Amino acid sequence: MIDFDWLLLFEVSLAGIGSGGLYALAGLAFVLIFKATKVVNLAIGEMLMMGAYFFFAMASTLGWPIWLGVVVAVLGSGALGALIERLLIRPMLGESPISVFMITIGLSSILVGAVELIWGADQMRLPDFMPSDPVLIGEAMVPPKIFYGFLVATGLIAVVLVVFRFWRGGIALRATASDQAAAYSMGINVPRVFSLAWVVGAMVAAIAGIIVGSISSLSPTMGVFGLSVLVVVIVGGLDSVAGALVGGIVVGLVEAWSGTYLGGQYKMLSTFSLLVLILMVRPYGLFGTHEIERL
Amino acid sequence: MRIGAAKQSYAADEALFDSRTQRIWLGVLTVALVVLPFVASQYWLYLTCLVGINIIAATGLNILTGYTGQVSLGQAAFMGVGAYTVAVLDRTLGTPFFINLIAAGGIAMLVGMVVGIPSLRVKGLYLAIATIAASFILHFIFANWKSVTGGTAGLTVKPATLFGLALDSEFRFYWLMLPLTAVMVFGAANLFRTRIGRAFIAIRDRDISAEVLGISLLRYKLLSFAISSFYAGVAGGLWAYFFRSVTPESFPLLMSIFFLAAIIVGGMGTILGGILGAIFMTLVPEALKMVFGWLPNAAEMAVHLAPVRIIVFGILIVGFLVFEPHGLSEIWRRVRRFFHLWPFRT
Repeated sequence: MIDFDWLLLFEVSLAGIGSGGLYALAGLAFVLIFKATKVVNLAIGEMLMMGAYFFFAMASTLGWPIWLGVVVAVLGSGALGALIERLLIRPMLGESPISVFMITIGLSSILVGAVELIWGADQMRLPDFMPSDPVLIGEAMVPPKIFYGFLVATGLIAVVLVVFRFWRGGIALRATASDQAAAYSMGINVPRVFSLAWVVGAMVAAIAGIIVGSISSLSPTMGVFGLSVLVVVIVGGLDSVAGALVGGIVVGLVEAWSGTYLGGQYKMLSTFSLLVLILMVRPYGLFGTHEIERL
Repeated sequence: MRIGAAKQSYAADEALFDSRTQRIWLGVLTVALVVLPFVASQYWLYLTCLVGINIIAATGLNILTGYTGQVSLGQAAFMGVGAYTVAVLDRTLGTPFFINLIAAGGIAMLVGMVVGIPSLRVKGLYLAIATIAASFILHFIFANWKSVTGGTAGLTVKPATLFGLALDSEFRFYWLMLPLTAVMVFGAANLFRTRIGRAFIAIRDRDISAEVLGISLLRYKLLSFAISSFYAGVAGGLWAYFFRSVTPESFPLLMSIFFLAAIIVGGMGTILGGILGAIFMTLVPEALKMVFGWLPNAAEMAVHLAPVRIIVFGILIVGFLVFEPHGLSEIWRRVRRFFHLWPFRT
């Protein structure tokens, strides 16, 4: 390590933090749903993918302006989230969490199949809508898409956090998360909160999906991103918003470092090793609630 | 109408097949299975062999998930371990196939126990996610440990030989698959008449209570993982002998979901469920292929077959969980009840 390339490390780390922002955003979508409904949503990657494909349909196929495409894609994903909640999750209320978990596995395979059926299995490119001039931070160069993606992600995370801090619906959601029965007896319409969580979660996921899709490309295998998101939320703690943010950055950094210093094929390996490590040492994550089980 | 059988000993009460009718039907089934290869076409024999392999793997997963309550999405990866063990042993040592198959089960068992270690700290969904991680790590090893696994190109396997006879056709392979599947299934069924099997069920129903009752969670959870992966390993070994080529892509995560779907559709926590689920899920794609063949514009529609298959997959998982959580074996039980109680209503 005589002439260690510090600039490279810095650049790689910046890129890692950049993609970490996206992980954090997707993780936020997951945590929103989990906090309110206690559903571990394995289909989160596929919900991202649906958002990106909706955007593709609006912006590329129909040729609508970018902003309109984004808005319609996000609204469409919200509607899809509501539909999923109503058709698949609501009937499973009170069933064991494992069954609901497996429902989301089924859901993810339905979504992948639907995308392949409608758009085919080939890779596609989203229209470029982010500035493409390289961004310089100090001496380090950051890929523009990742930089702007990170900006959007952080902005959106901030908006979601503020909304859920002050908006009535957000307070209802937090109340439901902390004690469902108490929330019910205080007059909060808990089933409505469940729908709300799925709608908002799907919308946030859609935005994350659009950014991810425009950074790389679009294909039905994009759902694999969801597996990394799963690592993010496990690292951070399933029910912790702060955890999703920290976990996102951690996973982004680990992926970027291992991708650069070990080789691309080690990316998945290192994230999943991190996951196993966390599960062995701190199963409830860095910031998650440690549930005590009683008989 | 059949009226309750009067049982005079505990042994009679514990028997797997407790009535004459059942034993007669079992005999009929055995005869049918023996006659089958002489009358079925090669294509149907191929499907039957595939079903047999899937039954072994699904039964293994059923022991772990259905009976012990530990959700695992690593079954396909364990199968991969078994398949690679067979391929490597076949190439290097050239040992006879039954030793290879046992070794496949054994190595998969060891790997399964390592993967099962997190189950002591985490359970339920966390465990499911840990097994996803394990299956990705195993996939990485398959693809990158080139000196042993041959990298992404994979390995080829010579057909199994029995008394100098190469089991290289579906017809011959059937005679290896059938007894092996039968032994594995009966082994699983008998497991749940022993202390070990009942301990598994106790852990599934409430692990803390089970521990209070003196069941060592450490030992029995790992044992469950071990037995389940042994089944997967043997199934993987058979798979290798059947397809005679093993690549990292042969055992994707989707295949683990396939087995999970099979036991959900069949019915978790019943031996019959694993069998019915494996048969059903293996035949659904074939049925779809047939339906697609009937369509007027079959040639154009063929490209849509793969995605439709994935969708049907998902719909089956979701549909069974929502509408028939106990699966096909519950439907089967209802049908049987109807005939037992006929002419009275159930």
